[in-house]
Amino acid sequence: MKYLNGLLVIIFLFSGHCLSAKTISVCSSCKIKSIKEGIKVADEFDTLLIKKGTYKEFNILIDKPLTLLGDKFPVIDGEDQGEIIRITSDNVTIDGLFIINVGTSYTSDYAAIRVVKSENFLIQNVVLEKLFFGIYLEKSNNGKVYHNKIIGDAVDEYNSGNGIQLWYSKNVEVDRNIVQGVRDGIYLEFSDNITINNNISTNNLRYGLHFMFSDDDTYTNNTFENNGAGVAVMFSKRIKMIGNTFKKNWGTAAFGMLLKEINDAEISGNTFEENTIGINIEGSNRINYKNNNFIKNGWAIKVLGACYTNTFTKNNFLYNSFDISYNSKLNDNVFDQNYWSNYTGYDLDKNGIGDVPYRPVKLFSYIVNRTPETIVLLRSLFMDIIDFSEKVSPVFTPDNLLDANPLMKRTK
Amino acid sequence: MLKILKYSFYDLMRSRWSYVYFLFYLALGFVLLFLNNDVSKAVITLMNVIIVLVPLIGTIFGVMYYYDSKEFTELLLAQPIKRSSIFLGQYLGVACSLTLSLVLGLGIPFLLYGLFRSDVIFDFSLLLVTGAFLTLIFTAIAFNIALSNENKIKGFGYAVLAWLFLAVVYDGLFLMSLIIFEEYPLDSFSLAATMLNPIDLSRTLILLKLDISALLGYTGAVFKQFFGTNTGLIISILMLLLWTILPISRLAYKAKRKDF
Amino acid sequence: MIQVENLHKKFSKNQVLSGLDLNIQKGGIFAILGPNGSGKTTLIKIILGMVIADKGVVSVFGKPVKNKWKYRQEIEYLPQIANFPSNLRVRELIRMIKDLRQQTSEEERLIDLFGIAPFLDKKLATLSGGTKQKVNIVLAFMFDSPLIILDEPTTGLDPAALISLKELIQKEKQKGKTILVTSHIMQFVEEVADEIVYLLEGKIYFKGRISELMEKTSQTDFEHAIAAIATKMTNA
Repeated sequence: MKYLNGLLVIIFLFSGHCLSAKTISVCSSCKIKSIKEGIKVADEFDTLLIKKGTYKEFNILIDKPLTLLGDKFPVIDGEDQGEIIRITSDNVTIDGLFIINVGTSYTSDYAAIRVVKSENFLIQNVVLEKLFFGIYLEKSNNGKVYHNKIIGDAVDEYNSGNGIQLWYSKNVEVDRNIVQGVRDGIYLEFSDNITINNNISTNNLRYGLHFMFSDDDTYTNNTFENNGAGVAVMFSKRIKMIGNTFKKNWGTAAFGMLLKEINDAEISGNTFEENTIGINIEGSNRINYKNNNFIKNGWAIKVLGACYTNTFTKNNFLYNSFDISYNSKLNDNVFDQNYWSNYTGYDLDKNGIGDVPYRPVKLFSYIVNRTPETIVLLRSLFMDIIDFSEKVSPVFTPDNLLDANPLMKRTK
Repeated sequence: MLKILKYSFYDLMRSRWSYVYFLFYLALGFVLLFLNNDVSKAVITLMNVIIVLVPLIGTIFGVMYYYDSKEFTELLLAQPIKRSSIFLGQYLGVACSLTLSLVLGLGIPFLLYGLFRSDVIFDFSLLLVTGAFLTLIFTAIAFNIALSNENKIKGFGYAVLAWLFLAVVYDGLFLMSLIIFEEYPLDSFSLAATMLNPIDLSRTLILLKLDISALLGYTGAVFKQFFGTNTGLIISILMLLLWTILPISRLAYKAKRKDF
Repeated sequence: MIQVENLHKKFSKNQVLSGLDLNIQKGGIFAILGPNGSGKTTLIKIILGMVIADKGVVSVFGKPVKNKWKYRQEIEYLPQIANFPSNLRVRELIRMIKDLRQQTSEEERLIDLFGIAPFLDKKLATLSGGTKQKVNIVLAFMFDSPLIILDEPTTGLDPAALISLKELIQKEKQKGKTILVTSHIMQFVEEVADEIVYLLEGKIYFKGRISELMEKTSQTDFEHAIAAIATKMTNA
């Protein structure tokens, strides 16, 4: 992919030449010494080749179709003065810059790169450090944010910004970025048809990925690790989440993934490992959970409030402290043909399916929901005994909540 | 003392019970690993076994050995040997042979399975350390009970009751008090209650490895401090040590004052 | 050799010794007598440190024995009931005791004397009472210590062994040792004892030579003299 993209850039540059576009070099010993100056003299579709060096500039406005190409990662130092690059034109490419020291403000969301009402943008190979907001797409469609590295040093939520933020933007591809140490790694609000692939979002203060009111988005093969609260997907429809990894999100309100008011989503092939809660589901309906791995979570799945007609099939539930937790006695969801490592039944007819149903909700999880301190009694013999009696005759847990066909072997 | 330990140890090594215990663990280890082929699951099952069975076996063995070796004890008492050496020697003989059976019985199948190449080696060794502690603690408790009860059947009964209380009843009372007082802040109380029962203590130690994700879901600051940092591990191990030292020192104290 | 001052001992509600004083000189054979439950064994066990006195001081070789254990190096003890670890062999038991005491011993001579060589490789559980007692005697006499305490040494012995035992006791006495012995066999006591100590109701009722006892009770034979003490007490 990397080579392919490099090739694309070359082809693009080459074709630019064909359209009689020219390349303007910017460096301390060149004729043009600053980026702003370069933009001023450049014509549409020109390329600014920014040579290695440090450019102390901010409020750089790109208002015509240009390519800003960094040579050996030139540094643009905003000196904490405010926003650094603002794009207000279509067809702008930013490539290979190292941007540091974005100003922090409590009134405006200063970003390292802000794209405003523009189309066909490409932001790639950019490294951002010491930032407030990173890449901010505002009402901008049909663009690509590719292979950037955003390393924040956020400490408090109130004075930190998001790594990649999309606001009223459509058809954007966010691919192969690394985001860490910001408030929300990737944040989407009112943004539809977004593809988020192969990103690594770790060690962020709040969420690794945060969706609000954004429909028809897909995210695949991303890794979200050790974020303050994991990933939150809220108030959105028809989201596809495939092959992502959610890992080590520990804490009181931490989850691998939080689903709130999500309908008609597909969640498959994901791995939820060592999270306090693997998936926390609230008011979400008609979701298919298939082929996911839930490994060593505190709670693999915690269901709160009304959740209807969700199906869980062919998932692996491995060594979770609790597999499923419900806070109500009603169940309208289907669990079928999952593998549960806590299953103790047998398979006499050797068809690979356990002969006794598995009840994934333990009485103990009900008790812990009520009195959280009882968690210290986890795995005690006494709890095992009362869990067993509940299993035999369910009183507190929904009695139709069971996997009638538990698998004997893990699904692959 | 070392001589007494040596004789007690040899004596036990020759009794078939040590072998039964050893073979039981050996079989358990092999079954868990080679029939299941799942190390993580094996560790979880082993944890349940260790928390429940090791204290029970330690208790029963301790009481049985004490009463069985009464003659040996009386023979030794007339010899120029310090009293506490006699009892500590016998105690350590039992505790060591039980620990050895446990560690070897479980260790051999895990070694054969290639545990060192697996990342659960730490969980597993923690399990063995906890098992060893529980053996030491419950054998000491059993010796204490036996020492205070001349009547064999009474002593045996009290010892099994003590195990039942610590393994099951205690947690039931603990759970009930948590639910009854649920409006009050309970995290310090629940940690303290955990510390006061060696079985709960060992369970906590293992939970710190196996279920840390769940434990960190609770809001209380005390919990967070305890489970979120190394504090929990250090305090638990110190408490286990205390739990080992207390019954042993009571044993030495009582032994000095008993008539034979 | 042994000084006992104001010794008290109570087992739950049963006052066994109440203010017992006793002084035993070096050399000679002392028989401790008394009716059942008079505290003979308790006294011996207190001297050995197996039972802890409630009150009073016991000194052996001039030093108080409380919480001490090294002085037992100088004592050989034959317990009343020969209880041994049942799954040990005789040879192993002897070896173990030798190992524990780290003293020179002469068990071969005693094994020959009592003829227990054929039993050396038998487990103690399989031995008869008499054989067990012989092993017990071997264990008690195999070291060379200045104080020997024998609690009912004659139990279960056949006549030949009894004779050997008596000879053995005399021989040890000739070496200048002090021997404390309890027995119910008066004939045996009369034969071996130089002096008798009679315990009654937790105190010393009589201490002295057998002839003195007979004089005191105006009886002509020892057995009757002893019986006379008992009846006198019950009549009084």
